[in-house]
Amino acid sequence: MYSNTTKNGAMSVNSKLTRRRFIKGVIFSGAAATTGTGMYLAANAQSGQSAAERLVTLNINGRNRPVDVLPSETLAYTLRYKLDMTGTKIGCNRGECGACTVLIEGVPNYSCSVLTHNVKGKAVISIEGVKAADGTLHAVQQAFIAENSPQCGFCTPGQVMSAVALLNNNPRPTRSEAIDAMSGNLCRCGAYEHYINGVMRASGQLA
Amino acid sequence: MPSHDVMPNMELYQPVQVEDALAIADRLADRGWLVGGGQDTYGWLKDRAKETDAMIDLSAIESLRGVRETSDGIEIGALTTLTEVANNSVIQDKFSLLSQAAGVVASPQIRNIGTLGGNVSQDVRCWYYRRGLSCYRAGGNLCYADTPQGMNREHSLFETSRCVAASPSDTAPALVALDATMVIRSVDGERSLAAQDYFVGPANDIESTTALRTGEILTTVRIPNTWANATFYFEKVADRNVWDFSLVNVAAAFKVSGGNVEDSRIVCGAVQCTPRRVTNVENAIQGQAKNAATAESVAAMATDGARALAHNSFKIPLMQNLVKRAISA
Repeated sequence: MYSNTTKNGAMSVNSKLTRRRFIKGVIFSGAAATTGTGMYLAANAQSGQSAAERLVTLNINGRNRPVDVLPSETLAYTLRYKLDMTGTKIGCNRGECGACTVLIEGVPNYSCSVLTHNVKGKAVISIEGVKAADGTLHAVQQAFIAENSPQCGFCTPGQVMSAVALLNNNPRPTRSEAIDAMSGNLCRCGAYEHYINGVMRASGQLA
Repeated sequence: MPSHDVMPNMELYQPVQVEDALAIADRLADRGWLVGGGQDTYGWLKDRAKETDAMIDLSAIESLRGVRETSDGIEIGALTTLTEVANNSVIQDKFSLLSQAAGVVASPQIRNIGTLGGNVSQDVRCWYYRRGLSCYRAGGNLCYADTPQGMNREHSLFETSRCVAASPSDTAPALVALDATMVIRSVDGERSLAAQDYFVGPANDIESTTALRTGEILTTVRIPNTWANATFYFEKVADRNVWDFSLVNVAAAFKVSGGNVEDSRIVCGAVQCTPRRVTNVENAIQGQAKNAATAESVAAMATDGARALAHNSFKIPLMQNLVKRAISA
């Protein structure tokens, strides 16, 4: 079923069953079916001589999320289609745009180009985990609003993640450092200056 | 051709010891695909341009990461990320040529996960080949790029043989210039190759850009102290400063005494399938003053033997100018 939904690219969607719900249904039945082999593989997992176990627990935004992950699944796919965290956008899906940027152990990475099985035991922060527990927006998000940084907004989650990673390591970057740190995030609207202004405002260097 | 938005299904192995990885690579042989950071791999697989039964993910093998000083140089684990290579203080102190090269690869996010071993072992970027067309390199019997209407602006000037794809790596020319050694392991043991011999052109093997054989893993890059703290020059010219592969790059190392060049290595990338040492220029400037006049007098030699394709003749003056800048800087 999995390969049918993806090989065709666009699957037919009837009015009662959205694509996302359909996929979630597939995942649920898949999880039930693999539990047995998962137990078996766990015993051999130490040497890596056997194939990776499918049932894994991920640390996403500080929460442990058990999920059934296919061997070659990307993190962006898992976040969006299995954990329903659709804030992370898939733009090019080839590591050439930056819309899917998330933080893995604090380091910005393209989640479309990282296997989900590579982040087992690592702390992942996605755009959903940037705001405070009480819902207060992160300084970067506030600054991007103040500076009208997004135009169409599709690249914005990735831009926020790169900016947050920069400011975590370098709270008062120069404009040039900000440009370097944000250089792995494309904006087809060309709102780069607005994003850089946002980073400078978030770091308190722009009144 | 349809575009796919997910990876095809396959097996995944995640060994944590290099011995286990070697055993798996040996057992799976051609059914397995070694993955470091995966930044070359995933595109191939998502595009369905190449396929494999199983990925052998090396990224959990901690012993293949990091930079160590040895008695006669440094050792860099093949899985060390390009960000780590660019920021490592020992490399910056002694071999800043490599720091500079690693620091301009692709984009920050790709450097955060892409590895040194992967950057030098990645496949060529010819779009006909990467689109899955049955060209020479893919086992077919024609080249789509070397035609009057072919898109060959990024392709090779030298040593083409049926395939005209160029070396995409920024760190490979730096490693050749630094006389690095590549350490390769398999279940049968270990062998070492000079960096220059690690890279293979289409005349010798049209289906692989490296000397790696099935079941072998590049584990370590050794850089001897030969060129430590030499006078370095690195420059990459690409269409965009981020993501794009070099149109031409130059990595050069000079030992200078009293203003004169005692010895040098000048290596250009993206002008043929392997990093190209311009030994005729190296020989010509030996004993000469390292200045603009010398650079001017030898620049044209850098492209001796170049054969431009329909759309890449701009690479000839570009390469000459980069060599000139390396010598006069």
